[in-house]
Amino acid sequence: MKKLLNVLFVTQTDAKVYLETENVCVRKEDELLIRVPLLNLEQIVLFNYYGATPQLLGECVKRKISVSFLSEYGKYYGTFHGESSGNVLLRREQYRIADDNRGLEYAKAFIFGKLHNQKWVIERGIRDYSLRIDTPLLKKQSSFISEQLKQVLSVDSGETLRAAEGNAAHYYFSAFDELILQNKEFFTFKTRNRRPPTDAVNAMLSFAYTLLASECRHALEVVGLDSYVGFLHADRPGRASLALDLMEELRPHVADRFVLSLINRSEVAESDFEVQSSGAVYLSAQSRKKFLSSWQNRKKEEIVHPFLKEKIEWGLVPYCQALLLARTIRGDLDGYPPFLWK
Amino acid sequence: MIYEEEDYLLLSGIQHYAFCPRQWALIHIEDQWNENYLTTGGRLLHSKAHNGESVEKRGNLIIFRGLKVRSSELGISGECDIVEFHKSHDGVSLHGYSDLWSPYPVEYKRGKSKLDDCDRLQLCAQAVCLEEMLCVKIENGALFYGEPRRREVVAFTLELRTTLKDTVTTMHQLFMQKYTPKAVKGKYCKSCSIKELCLPNLGKADKTSVKRYMEAHLE
Repeated sequence: MKKLLNVLFVTQTDAKVYLETENVCVRKEDELLIRVPLLNLEQIVLFNYYGATPQLLGECVKRKISVSFLSEYGKYYGTFHGESSGNVLLRREQYRIADDNRGLEYAKAFIFGKLHNQKWVIERGIRDYSLRIDTPLLKKQSSFISEQLKQVLSVDSGETLRAAEGNAAHYYFSAFDELILQNKEFFTFKTRNRRPPTDAVNAMLSFAYTLLASECRHALEVVGLDSYVGFLHADRPGRASLALDLMEELRPHVADRFVLSLINRSEVAESDFEVQSSGAVYLSAQSRKKFLSSWQNRKKEEIVHPFLKEKIEWGLVPYCQALLLARTIRGDLDGYPPFLWK
Repeated sequence: MIYEEEDYLLLSGIQHYAFCPRQWALIHIEDQWNENYLTTGGRLLHSKAHNGESVEKRGNLIIFRGLKVRSSELGISGECDIVEFHKSHDGVSLHGYSDLWSPYPVEYKRGKSKLDDCDRLQLCAQAVCLEEMLCVKIENGALFYGEPRRREVVAFTLELRTTLKDTVTTMHQLFMQKYTPKAVKGKYCKSCSIKELCLPNLGKADKTSVKRYMEAHLE
């Protein structure tokens, strides 16, 4: 499989990012914070307010390194890709599928993946912590999701599909609080909220989803798909719908379980969060850095891809799925195989 | 058949096609490419052979590096690493030079001589281009392999020319249909520069039913 390259995150808000020979340099006032060879990078993600120099952007285009811009709180502004890669035939077929009823088959696969993986996040919780959690409750939620999962393959409209997804999400998130085992007074989860997140768990979920979305978007662009034309999410100006589609099946394990493990291993504490006067809760600048470095470490862990049966790093999962999606669109497979993880 | 210029395929693709039709389609139809250490090595070897076009005269020998060639009959165009012109009585005149000269294409390859014909076909295609451009018959050329560092003479037999013609015709057909052949996994996948993009396992019909894969995950 392809080599997992690094992502450079710049979390220092007032840092300047520029090119020096074949390296990207990050400087804060007179101090050079880091110098990284572009050779080892596939993405640069900036949380600063100076952005990157045009010279650096130019070199990144040449090397197919994407540069994403986010606000210091992680609100996504956009990504600089340069020229779209390769294959116009692939994109044309993608648009055709999105326009006719074949899109539903892909949408079903994404949701199938999402529900399956939600179920197994719960099942893993039961397996790992049976002494601490309400097993009968979680078993019940898991079997509710199973029922929805069985229906997914036979639905014949987008509405029934979304209904199954909505039901499963309800069961899943109502079980989610039960999977939180540390510092429960502070890390409580009632319901998913995001505009803005009003508790620490939602703040972390939102941040993890932002990172995952940017990785999905990057993976789709790398394989030559148009990340804005989705099969499940309808077109909306400025929305990377296909990235959101692809992200559905990856949310439970890549983002949700990651957040749970940070809490349960006590890697985050109340002091890592800032509460704004509006009630919005965010990770502090210092803890975002910690969050990102755990995220990067997690990406290096190896797994065997359930469909390809190849050993890969977690970080390559979005790329593998994007590639499988592209290959399915080009007719190599009888359907899109979602990432089904137990 | 005479091909239009806009329908020309890349000469370098013949070797890709002969190695694996799917590899060729992924690179030339789908515009997928991965640089790995093999291709980087090849590129470095080639940059020594030619860096843009250049001509050098050494007594009875003129050496063209990076010569652009095409054949409207095959519908291909590309570049020759090296074309040697040897002074010879049965050669052809060359603009800007006195005497008569016989062309002799030489292609640089990393690694060893291969059992299959892919390198020979590419060289033969260069010869056919030169024949068309110079109105001359070319009997032989040479492949220079990085290890061992020596030349292997290739005779442009009728058989090789027929294989070339058939190969290129099929390539044109596939290109017109924009069709990427299915993966056929083999030993050669190991040395493929784009196996990560191809996913050769997808070719195994019995293993790749997505429907079955999903149903197996229902319980």
